[in-house]
Amino acid sequence: MAELVAVIASTHHPFYYRASTATGPERPPFADEWVRKIEAFRATLTKARPDVLVMVGSDHFHQLWLDNMPQFLVGKAPFYDANFHNEEREFGLPKMLLKGHEELSAHVLRAGLDAGFDLAFSNELRIDHSITCPIITLRPEADLPIVPVYTNIFAPPLPQPKRFVQLGTALREIIESWPSDQRVAVIGTGHLSLELGGPRQFGPHGPDPDFDRRAVGWIAGGDIEECLAEVSLESLHAPGNATHGFMDFMLMMGVAGEGRKADYVDTLDLFHTMEAYFTWYPNGEPA
Amino acid sequence: MSKYLLNKFLYTVDRDPALVERYREDPVATVADWEAEYAPRLLNCVAGEATTWLAFDDTERAALAAHDYPTLFELGAHPFLTLTLFIAMFERDHGEPLGFQREYAERLAHMTLPYPDIST
Repeated sequence: MAELVAVIASTHHPFYYRASTATGPERPPFADEWVRKIEAFRATLTKARPDVLVMVGSDHFHQLWLDNMPQFLVGKAPFYDANFHNEEREFGLPKMLLKGHEELSAHVLRAGLDAGFDLAFSNELRIDHSITCPIITLRPEADLPIVPVYTNIFAPPLPQPKRFVQLGTALREIIESWPSDQRVAVIGTGHLSLELGGPRQFGPHGPDPDFDRRAVGWIAGGDIEECLAEVSLESLHAPGNATHGFMDFMLMMGVAGEGRKADYVDTLDLFHTMEAYFTWYPNGEPA
Repeated sequence: MSKYLLNKFLYTVDRDPALVERYREDPVATVADWEAEYAPRLLNCVAGEATTWLAFDDTERAALAAHDYPTLFELGAHPFLTLTLFIAMFERDHGEPLGFQREYAERLAHMTLPYPDIST
């Protein structure tokens, strides 16, 4: 069976690409520290030597729209074009082309449906910065085939937080039941407290540093039960109006498992949002 | 009242560079023309399959025509869509990095929790 070699949860910050590639007066003062932290985080994936990446993210009203909105969607295509015009315009993100892994996509869909998750699918999916940001930070060669998994954290009504955890738990079982000798890493990105388009946006810190501190503790400690007890669809409005993206972190806690402490934890208190980086090695840290 | 149609305006204008410029320069005419031409378009279907019942109410139309993003927030338009389009139109007028985004936050400073419902 396939081996789950790494589970990675990260914020996805669309400013990283521009900040890390800027030079001279254009380079922001926080760029060097950010790059150092990202390169250390990247090493945690590299040493797991994955063959294929399952990428959990969320479309930001790019391809998925309110006339036909899936809650959970799996891409099944040989290739994925990436990044949209408005991401190039606002963040300077490049156009990209990523390979797909159709066999694993088909397995995730079949096994997921049979496990009680009515997953939508797409055979022509253009992916956005929720998946390309972690490619840029963690695997800039963009050389590995991917299986995109999109969640709806964006357009209410949303699934409950526990459903994200359950899907993560199922995703792990599905990957570990894939009859293959491939080494699989699951990478999911979300947010800690975040406000976009509201009065608390773009402050000197994230909108709710106390939530961020507790959230990092839940993720690092694998404290799924405690997190589920404190987080609801209603409560996530309080830390910031885009904080429902935290449910993608909860999905990744489900992949890692209840009580499973992260093997690598790092944070960066960037202006307007807290960056957070976590890696688990389900079968022990690679040499 | 149609939060959905407000969002559809923000979404379809944002992804069309010519419409972004037209909305920036002539919002009153752009909103009127959009409501007549674009609002009925079912996005994944041929032109003949138009939707017959979508329309703005007067408050929504006036908010869009005035570039009044605080009112769009109060009406429950999706904040991400509003922010993204208004950055595309007006960030260029601010010299300082994130200057427009901070002004945007200040103009919404009177909003307190719970924010208007954005469910559609």
